[in-house]
Order: sequence, then structure tokens, then C-alpha cells
Amino acid sequence: MNLHELTVHEAHVLLQGGEITAVELTQAVLDRIREVDPQIRAYVTVCEEDALREAAAADDRLRSGDGVTPLTGVPYGVKDCLSTNGVRTTCSSRILEDYVPRYDATVIQRLRDAGAVLVGKHNMDEFGMGSSCENSAFFATHNPWDLDCVPGGSSGGSAAAVAAEMGLFALGEDTGGSVRMPAGFCGVTGLKPTYGRVSRYGLIALASSFDSIGPFTHDVRDAALVLNAIAGRDPRDSTSVAAPVPDYAVALRTDLRGVKLGLPVEYFARGLEPGVEAALRQAVAELEGLGAEVHEVSLPHTAYAIPIYYLILTAEASANLARFDGVRFGLSYPPLDSPEVVDIIERYLQTRERGFGDEVKRRIMLGTFALSAGYYDAYYLQAQRVRTLLRQDFERAFEQVDALIAPISPTPAFRLGEKIDDPLQMYLSDIHVVAANPGGVCSLAVPCGLSEGLPVGMQIVGPPLAEAEIFGIGAAYQAATEWHTARPAIGAAR
Amino acid sequence: MAYGTTGHRGRPVKGDAMNTTTYEPVIGMEIHAELRTASKMFCGCPVVDTTVAPPNTAICPVCTGLPGAMPVVNQRAVEQAMMVGLALGCTINAHTSFSRKNYFYPDLPKGYQISQYDEPIAVNGWLDVVDDAGRTIRVGIRRAHMEEDTAKLFHLPATHVEGAAYTLIDFNRSSVPLLEIVSEPDMHSVSAAYVYANKIREILRYLGVNSGDMEKGVLRFEANVSVRPAGTTTLGTRTEIKNLNSFRTLVRAVEYEIDRQIRVLEAGGTILQETLGWDELNGTTYSQRSKEHAHDYRYFPEPDLPPLAIDDAWIEEVRATLPELPDAKASRFAEVLGLPENDTRILVGDRALADYFEAATAAYAGLPAAISKWVVGELSYLMNRDGVTVDAVRVEPAALAGLVKLLDKGVINQNSAKDVLGTMFETGKQPDEIVKERGLVQIADQDALSLIADQVLAEHPDEVQAYLEGKETLLQWFMGQVMRATRGRAQPQTVLQLLREKLEGRR
Repeated sequence: MNLHELTVHEAHVLLQGGEITAVELTQAVLDRIREVDPQIRAYVTVCEEDALREAAAADDRLRSGDGVTPLTGVPYGVKDCLSTNGVRTTCSSRILEDYVPRYDATVIQRLRDAGAVLVGKHNMDEFGMGSSCENSAFFATHNPWDLDCVPGGSSGGSAAAVAAEMGLFALGEDTGGSVRMPAGFCGVTGLKPTYGRVSRYGLIALASSFDSIGPFTHDVRDAALVLNAIAGRDPRDSTSVAAPVPDYAVALRTDLRGVKLGLPVEYFARGLEPGVEAALRQAVAELEGLGAEVHEVSLPHTAYAIPIYYLILTAEASANLARFDGVRFGLSYPPLDSPEVVDIIERYLQTRERGFGDEVKRRIMLGTFALSAGYYDAYYLQAQRVRTLLRQDFERAFEQVDALIAPISPTPAFRLGEKIDDPLQMYLSDIHVVAANPGGVCSLAVPCGLSEGLPVGMQIVGPPLAEAEIFGIGAAYQAATEWHTARPAIGAAR
Repeated sequence: MAYGTTGHRGRPVKGDAMNTTTYEPVIGMEIHAELRTASKMFCGCPVVDTTVAPPNTAICPVCTGLPGAMPVVNQRAVEQAMMVGLALGCTINAHTSFSRKNYFYPDLPKGYQISQYDEPIAVNGWLDVVDDAGRTIRVGIRRAHMEEDTAKLFHLPATHVEGAAYTLIDFNRSSVPLLEIVSEPDMHSVSAAYVYANKIREILRYLGVNSGDMEKGVLRFEANVSVRPAGTTTLGTRTEIKNLNSFRTLVRAVEYEIDRQIRVLEAGGTILQETLGWDELNGTTYSQRSKEHAHDYRYFPEPDLPPLAIDDAWIEEVRATLPELPDAKASRFAEVLGLPENDTRILVGDRALADYFEAATAAYAGLPAAISKWVVGELSYLMNRDGVTVDAVRVEPAALAGLVKLLDKGVINQNSAKDVLGTMFETGKQPDEIVKERGLVQIADQDALSLIADQVLAEHPDEVQAYLEGKETLLQWFMGQVMRATRGRAQPQTVLQLLREKLEGRR
């Protein structure tokens, strides 16, 4: 038995039964990272010593039986936009290359409290800006299913790490598909919870109105266990919602009798690669076989999702990234110990010129423009108005059905370098995932097939705070199918 | 306070006196007041006195703008802002929200200030002020909005060690709650602007939401100034004078700016819309930023803070906590309690002293004017002499009332009362206790005093003779002798009457 291959719930049984220790499990994951990460490059930072110390503490807890949770002793990694006390947090940006936070994000604190073991931080598109993980200032991450392909983005490192068994689960962050899209490309389960379901405190913000932290796992049961640990109101995040947190793991089901599912016609209209479409149609047939009723529904403002998303995102990001000014933390140029003396404006300019990558600069400029006097009404305000229409699309659809079934991406993983010089093509690869964020809904990505050897995933989209319901649908699907158990053969020729 | 409370220390106010015939100034004010909460606007850090606290000791990820940190609204600050809004007759918006005001400056750690833009907490209020000429002016309050203060910068010159000029940043002040109170341009004299600012300060102090301590920088002024030919109604081009941190600079800068604008117009020039600074050394305003270079702050709604819903129940709850405001208190003191104008002015000008007075009056309702006389007179003298504040004074209000009562009932006389108060002030003892210990009970008994008077006259035949020969001023001297014999306890009126009778009887 290879310990790194375990799901969270499998590991929990073995840990609790004393058949394995958290230190053994953590060591197995660290060994796996050493073995395959040189090819995948999912990790920006591996914290081996801290991880083994935390694992030993988890073993104490497991032995005493006090405060043991389903995550106690389970090694995991997180996207490098989540603040970790004492562990470098870079957002895969030069400007934060040496930044070490002095506090934990609320989700990290909650996972610590649950006894989970942090093994490291995952590569991402710089500040979450990208769909391929190629916009990392450090290096690109490779898709474990095909090293020539991208893992998707922006949480590409986290998806690839789980797919390549370098951590039993991961936390990513989804602003406009950044969990679901790489989950689809890497053949793992990923959740974008409802905005506000999970505290954002300590998450280095991209677009504050959209950012949602969610898990990557091997199956739906694991995702439910992780959400159990991280969800809930946080007094430090005023946008976190107070709604009670159900036990998501008990809501899992095995059949779908009485469940109404909707297929948004706009998502299936055109542009889906045949292999993707075939996998989805097959999945829909499986869902019907489990007892679900499937209807077509319409989300008429879908075409506006990308412009709305990019206007609001760039506007908010332009302000969120203003704090990276070389004054208090992170990169400061010229170096403070160098003899070169510049005034503050020059320091801002040089620090941000060197610290930010092209895509980040592009979006700061777009957002600054969209908020400028004379343009605000036409861009930012108009985007907010149309956002309301997009929300209403979802509200009307959920009057008819319990959940929507949708593709994640028009194609499976594309090749490294394929879209990097064409930002617009890159933006359009998110066309099926972005709407969920401005739309205010939750969405679960599950693997549902392979197209030419690359994973294909589907989204199960639910109304606000319907995580338990979409977990139920996903779990029933996974109980009847095997796609979520498929694992890549790393480095093998396809 | 450095500047007088009623006027301009007799200095002529040029803007008022010289130009009313040809030009009328139009002045609006923005007042930034730090709110006096225990913690900061958006985090749990304590609000400390930034003039004494060691730098960067009251800071956290939120108020230093660390990545990932998020703001949380201080409910107490919202309530204090509501109090000010209500005190100024404003409407409290049921839906109020925060916005980001974007600009780069090292005292602004996030690169934006969380402020309020299109949905401020309070709008459409007013405040009546009486200017030097005795005119009452109703100044409109356009809005009051909440925001966070910036950090403090310390610009240091180059030294041999450091090589270049540099700046230190103290984040203790970063994110301290601020309320910006914006008036309409309803003031037409420097004195009106001065009285307005002073009155706002007094109200803030009354509400307990600001110490009014100008030297600590907890209150800062900005003035918008324009001039126009008297009798016309269109507004001239205005300039905005920033960072006026005392009443004195407010008055000087606005006076100067009015004169400057008139000089420019008289010389056939035009006023440029610009932001001005005040050069204290040369006593002049100077241009900081022209209209063309005005910042585009790119305001947009703060996505980290949901809008606040303020319902009527909350507003009424806050309204119920409002203390009596200075104007209402002054008219009650003068009209209901019958206090002299001077006492009213002194008491209303210092809420703690007024509260003390009221507590004393509550203990002995008989003579408010007698109590106020002791509070603003002898007690204030003792406190000033020893630098004791009214909160720390050892004389309890009820004890002072007890003293006035002893005097009022004729148990002790005026001289003894002063002595007793001195002892009360030193020891905190009750007045009747001191009177008893020291045997100060007044002797008002006719027979007893008559015997003593006889004795004094018998002992001083020469003086009696002199009196009878016309040196009638000796009556006071005889009185002093009786007082000496009674150790100051004799009731003066009785003694005087007895002495006069006895001496006149010898003619």
C-alpha cells in the first residue's frame, strides 16, 4: 500500500485504528514530493520540518484520542495566496518572493485546530491571474496526466499536487473558476463554495467580491470533510455568512430519485470539443440512471459573464494590489541596504515595475481605467448592474431545478505555451466557470471521463449555500462511476 | 485653549471689517474629528495617544495593510458618528456604506483609505452660530462621514550616519476612526467660521466622542474660501486650505486668504481653483495642487464590508444616550436656574464642571446661584492653583452643597466657609465634620455677642473716644476685635448692629 495514494477518509480509518502514524503518512507524502515534484513543479515551498513536527503532534492527539477529527494527521498543501504564519507566502510573485506572514489565514488556523498537517505551498498564476499556472513568476506547473500540458489555473499547483498524490487534499481559491478549471484539467474533485461560506481572512485578495476558498480532493466525501473543517462565520471577515454549517459528510447520497437537474442550453450550444461533449452526455445519462430528472434550462445573460467578471475583477484587483508598494514588506527596489537613494515615487515605480508580471500589470491598468472619473458609470457600475441580471438568471433556473450540470472547460488541458501570448483566448478558457462567482452560486467539479487520455470534468452548480445538495449529487455520481479513482501515470508517454 | 472663546482677542478682523462694503467672503468648513473609541475603526488595536505612545506598538495586520488582512467595522465608532449626526440635526441614513478612496502615500498602508462616499452615515443637518457682530447664522451641515485616519510620518533630515533624508512611519494612528463633518458654504465672516469650529469642538466634547485636544491633533480643520461682491448671490471660485490644526491658524489663514482673493480680484486677476497650504512662518497660503492636478480617487464600494443597515430602533437607542447639548444647557442655566451670565458661560464651557455643579445642585436644590458661585469661584481657584481636574477633586459635589447649606442656614459665616472649603479640598472631609472639629459654628446669639461687644468697648476707651469724636471708620476695627474674641465665629451683621447701637448710645 502506498500511503500517499490514500483518500482523506481512508487515511483517517488507518490513523485512528493505529495502523499507520501521521508521521509515516506525512513522510510518505514528503517522499512522493521529492520523487515526482521535480517533474510536476506544484510546490513553491515545502515545509518538511514543520510538517513532521505537526505530524508528531497529531500522533499524540490520535494516541490520546482527544480532539481527533477526520483531518487529524492528514498531510495537505495550500495555494500560495493563503497566509501561513512563519511560512513564506508568495502568490507566485516576485513582489512577495521573500514575504513571510506573521499570522495564519482563518482557514489555515481552522485546519491547524483540526490537526491537519501542512506540507507546503502551491504554485499558482501570479496573484491568481491566469488559467494555466504559466503566469507564475517562478516556474510553470505541469499537468500530471501529460507533462506537456498545463494543469489549469490559477490554482494549478494545488490541483496538480492532489492529482499527483503529493498531499491528500489541498486548498485552492476560486475567483472565476480557479478551483474548478484546474480540477477539471487534472481529474480531481474541486469545490467553489458559496461566496462567504468560507472566511477569506488571510487570503491575499484578487477580487474581494468573488474570492472563494475551496478544497481539492480525490472524491466528494473528502471535499465534504474538508469543508466541514473550514466553513462558517468568521468575525474577522465581515462578508462571511452566519448560516449554520451542516455536517456535509452525512448529506451524501447514493441515488438521485426526486432530484431535478438542469442543463443550461447556453453552455452546450457550441464550442465544446467532441470528446468533452461526449463525456458530459454520458455523465448526464448516468445521472438520469440514478433517478434524476433532467431538463434544459436557460441562463440568457451567460454571454455577459466574462465582461462583467473582468471589469469587476480588474477594478477590485487594482485597489487590492496597491498595498504592494515596497514600504512595509515584500520586494523593495532599489534594495534598502544599497547605496542608491531614491524618493518614494521612484521606489513605488521601480518596486512595482520589477515586482509584478505582465498579466498583473495589464489587469491593474485595466482596473484603474475602469474606475477612473468619467468611466466608472460606463464600466464598473454597468458591470454591477448586469451582474444583477446574471444572478437573476440563476435564481430563475433554480426555481425549476435543484442543480445545474455544466461543462468546466470547452477542451481538456491545453499545451504549455499554447495560449500564453493571447490573453483573450486565455480569458475565454474560463467561459463556463466564471459565471458562478458573479452569480453568487456554489459549484462542484468532478471528473467525468477522459478525452484522448486527458481528464474531463463536469460542474454541479447549486443555489447559494446548497453545498450539501451538490455534494449529495456528486457523491451519488461517484458511487456509481469510477472516473474519480483514475490516477495519472506520471511521466509515462500517452 | 490658546485662542479666546468669544472673539479674536481684540484684533481687527480684516475680512469682516474692511470689505463688507465691497466683498463678501463665503466660507465652508470640513472638520476631521478622531472618534474617542477604545479600539480602532477596523481592527481591535487600542486607540492610543499618538503623541506619547512608543511608535508602532498599537498595530496589527489590519491597520498595517498586510496582505490578506480584512477590516471589521467598529460598532461603537458608528454609534459615535450617529451621536454627532443627531446632535447636528442630521438625518441618519438607513443604508450607509463604505468606499475605497485610492491613492498612493506611505502613510496609507493599503494604498486606499476606507471612507464613505455616496452613502455617508449622516446628511442635511444644521448648527446655529452667533458671529462677532451678534448675528445668528444657521450653518448647514451637508454630511458627516466615517473614515480611517492615516499613519503619522516623521520626515528626518540627512545625517552623517544615514546619508540621506528619510521618513519614519508610526502606524499607531493608522485606522483610528475619523468623522469628517462637512458644512455648507454658509459662513460669511472669519468670526462665524471661528465660532462654528469652536462650537463643533464643544459639541464633540459634550458628546464625549472627542477630547478637543488640538495639540494632540485629534481635531483638524479645512476651510473652503471664496469671495464675491456684497449683495450678489453667485459663488466665486473657491480655494481649499488644508491642514489647519489650531483655531489660531484657522483664523489667520482664512483672513489671509480672503484678503488675497480680494487683492487678486481688485488687480483684475482671477482666482484659480486650487488646494492651498498654510505657511505659518510667513503667514501666507501657498498653492499645493491646482484643479488640473486634482487626484482622481477612483472611489468604489468597499467589497470587504457589507453596507450597514441602521434601523429606527438603533437610532432611537443612540438618541437616548445624547447628553444635553451646550446651547440647551446654557439657556436652562440662565433661565431656569437663574445663574449669572458669567457663571453660565464658564460652566457650559466645561462639561465636567457643569456636571459637578449639577450634582451639587441635586444634593441641595435651594440655591443654584450660590452653588455656582462657589464652583466657578473658590473651588475653581483651588483646582487651578494645584492643577487638580474636576474628576480628581476631593470635594464631593454633595459636600460642597453641604457647605453652601451651612452658610445659607447661618451655621457658619463666609470667612469660615472659605477656610472649611480649603480643608475639604486638602482632606476630602465633610464640611459639618470640619465645622464641629474646629468649633466654627457661628455665634448669632444676641446676648452672648452683646456681652462680648461690651467687653471690647470697655477694653478700648481711647478708641471709643476717637469714634465719638468723629472717626467712625473705627466701627470696622471694633468689629475685628469682636471677631478676634470669637475666633471669627460671630455673625457679622449682628455684631455690626450691636456695636453701632452701643457706640451711638454713648453720645
